[in-house]
Amino acid sequence: MTSKSDERHFELSINGNRHRVTDSYPGESLLTVLRDRLGLTGSKGACEEGECGSCSVLLDGNLVCSCLVLAASVTNCSVVTVEGLGGSTDVQTAFVESGAIQCGFCSPGLIMAATNLLERTPEPTVDEIREGLAGNLCRCTGYGRIIDAVQVVVQQRKNGRS
Amino acid sequence: MSDLDIRESVINGGLGQSPVRPDGVAKAEGSYEFSSDLSADNMLIGKTLRSPHQHARIIRIDTSDASAMTGVHRIITAEDVPGKATYGLIASDQPVFASDVVRYIGEPVAAVVADDEEICSRALEAIVVEYEPLTPLIDARLALDTDTPPIHPDGNVIREQNVICGDTTVIGDIVVEDHYTIGMQDQAFLGLESALAIPDADGAGVECHVATQWLHEDLGQVAACLDLPESSVRLVLGGVGGAFGGREDISLQVHVCLLALATGRPVKMHYSRSESFLGHVHRHPAQIWMRHHATKEGKLVKVEAEFVFDGGAYASTSSAVLVNAVTHAQGPYRCENAEVRGVAVRTNNLPCGAMRGFGVVQACFAHERQMDLLAHACGLDPIEIRRRNAMSTGDKLITGQVVESVAPVLQIIEGLERMPFPDDGNDVETHPYHRPGGAGNTTRASDVRRGVGYGVAIKNLMYSEAFDDYSTARCTLRDGVVTLKFATAEVGQGFITIAPQIARTTLGLEDVALESIDTGVGSAGSTSASRQTWMSGGAVEAACLKVRQLIFEHVASSTGSDPFALVIEGDSIVNTATGERQLMSEVVKGLEFDEEVEFRHRPTVPLDENGQGACHTAFAFVGHRAIVDVDVELGLVRVVEVSTVQDVGRALNPLSVTGQIEGGIAQGLGLALMEEIVQQDGRIMNPSFTDYLIPTIADMPPVVAELIEIPDPQAPMGAKGVGEPPTISSTPAIIAAIQDAVNQFGAGRSHLTRVPIRPSDITEALNSTRRD
Repeated sequence: MTSKSDERHFELSINGNRHRVTDSYPGESLLTVLRDRLGLTGSKGACEEGECGSCSVLLDGNLVCSCLVLAASVTNCSVVTVEGLGGSTDVQTAFVESGAIQCGFCSPGLIMAATNLLERTPEPTVDEIREGLAGNLCRCTGYGRIIDAVQVVVQQRKNGRS
Repeated sequence: MSDLDIRESVINGGLGQSPVRPDGVAKAEGSYEFSSDLSADNMLIGKTLRSPHQHARIIRIDTSDASAMTGVHRIITAEDVPGKATYGLIASDQPVFASDVVRYIGEPVAAVVADDEEICSRALEAIVVEYEPLTPLIDARLALDTDTPPIHPDGNVIREQNVICGDTTVIGDIVVEDHYTIGMQDQAFLGLESALAIPDADGAGVECHVATQWLHEDLGQVAACLDLPESSVRLVLGGVGGAFGGREDISLQVHVCLLALATGRPVKMHYSRSESFLGHVHRHPAQIWMRHHATKEGKLVKVEAEFVFDGGAYASTSSAVLVNAVTHAQGPYRCENAEVRGVAVRTNNLPCGAMRGFGVVQACFAHERQMDLLAHACGLDPIEIRRRNAMSTGDKLITGQVVESVAPVLQIIEGLERMPFPDDGNDVETHPYHRPGGAGNTTRASDVRRGVGYGVAIKNLMYSEAFDDYSTARCTLRDGVVTLKFATAEVGQGFITIAPQIARTTLGLEDVALESIDTGVGSAGSTSASRQTWMSGGAVEAACLKVRQLIFEHVASSTGSDPFALVIEGDSIVNTATGERQLMSEVVKGLEFDEEVEFRHRPTVPLDENGQGACHTAFAFVGHRAIVDVDVELGLVRVVEVSTVQDVGRALNPLSVTGQIEGGIAQGLGLALMEEIVQQDGRIMNPSFTDYLIPTIADMPPVVAELIEIPDPQAPMGAKGVGEPPTISSTPAIIAAIQDAVNQFGAGRSHLTRVPIRPSDITEALNSTRRD
């Protein structure tokens, strides 16, 4: 028989690891649990209503705003956060080298979105890049270098560097 | 060989190159710690109670129920502020907590510290504050009325400043005038306000990790409110998620330190997006009237203007913003006669202060709309009217100040004229995605007109009016490694990238480390006013030059050579007398030097009552050309392309310059088309990113940028500030382009006078005729 507090325990699968969440309020978003309960602060919160995309993660391979996902509802899903990318993917490197990062607050979310876009559409047109990243706000760069970074990755992958 | 040539010789990661940001990888992998990511053992959470009234007297605050709640540690109000009760950047007029009167919706009244955020929220709801509502002062023009009761002990007028010069009785052959409105823009940095305060073990001091633009200014204000000596308060830069002026004023710094000292435990505060709209100052909404006089040939003879800036409830930097506006009223054009009047007032609206462009954004929108009116009245095109009036180095401004900066205005205008037009075959016919309003496909191609518009601007750099503006840097050489220490706030602009570049080029050493950015060294001044490359860059260069001199003297004495014959070339030291050359990394082995420098720009003077005086330090110039497609039926706009020519002096890091240009244009586009804090009875109607729109990647067009690189003799390394100019004239260029599209439906359409422009402004312009 489980106690009342035990009922509020749940497990999440994040970046291939099972994490036990024990001290969460019912109704907490996946973003809050990632950041405040599990210390995975790579996902950022800038609006908490699904407008800015700073909290983007992959949920069973789909790009979602983690601020809009009820944490306790995704115990059976695989969550990939920016920490799960490994740190030096071609997308991450291209963002750094192309000048796509200034303050960097939007970068984890944009990198998740760009990673996901290139999985779905390996050779996107500029319009498709704009459409694919339109859910992620950046206040510093004006987006020009972000488009450039994505195009760099496309070119590198075509040339066999990935 | 000149010094400049030497600087341009090659060392990896030196000036003129674009090395990657030192924090880039950490930011890309999510391990970079923004202030909101900080935590500490035993940490509590703080939250602010804010006024629901625009103007009200506080009758009673009862915190007893809230204090008794489980998990609540302390609740503090004005009574708990041990030191100075107020703070402020220029005038100390803003209460840490309101005690007797609240003056805007959102003003802090109390703060709670509890085990977690949820308990904080519940405690805030349990605090009882009894208010007696007072009549709010909403209209900035009413604030000028002597019958209007003052809403603050300092009165309703924050500053009046006129600029009167030449013969104000002159009347031009051609006279054009209009009234202009600029809405309240938000900085909308993504990284919300946050800070972590850690009390000293003995309770006698506090360390505050905070996202700010100016650590030392915060330090002075915070220590005064805490009634602690500055030596007992340490400020450390927490990772800053953008700033754009919105972090120049205190927000939660005093509150979080008070809570940490009150509980003896680390306390973190962080704002939500809706609270952020209340928690920092905004771009001033402005009402501007301008009348331009010109000869028949379109030569400006007089500018008349009146500015009314709504400063909101507290002064912040309103007085300096106003000075920028009135002193830039002529734009980058020669004009001998002027009568400019300006006032910044208090109202019970949201406090306003610094945002990228700082008063010049408002002035430029008005003067550039005027130049287009003038062009039309003179029968000239927008390029020609600007060419005929372009100022250049040596010209006298309406303040009497001579422009000593390189002033390539004519090159900018002619550069814009030469820019090719995009070859997209006017593809609204074929690609619904490219129609105004996007892929929603409501726009009919037949309703779309393409317009082209121009904007040109002058912007002051650094602080003005006799402010003691300086920056401090320390350069330490040890074990062949150069270590730099400064308190320059890195807010995303990339000073931490160019500081090592400066050191590498100056010293010929590649290995440069940066120390923590905190108050453990002298002030760097604020990361604002496009000033850090000049000021902190100048300080870093000066500190490195001192170390270089010591190295030269050591080499000279140990080899019996002339220290004045030694130069750095790339990664080597070269004796120009003998041609002897040695790797710097070899030369500095075993040498240790440590030099600290305070760098100042030349002094400026305050304006006199007629607005005369060399009040500004230096100037940069920029121009924009916007191409837009407008659905005149629906009033929708798509910006097709923005081209720009910018006077940068010298691009120390070309990729960073590009980033500033593109990012600045995005904010200019935002002000032109979508960004406005809408207040109704002092309440923000759109305090979220759902309703306060900033440009997305789908809104931002390609930017074509051309840099004018004429090193400015007064600027360290020849480099001018580049951050603000892109934001300034991009806005009027876009509005001018919309006007051009509207005018294609026939002559006599109304002049567009408001930003952000709303769909109804466009459709109304089409359906009405000019007033004059």
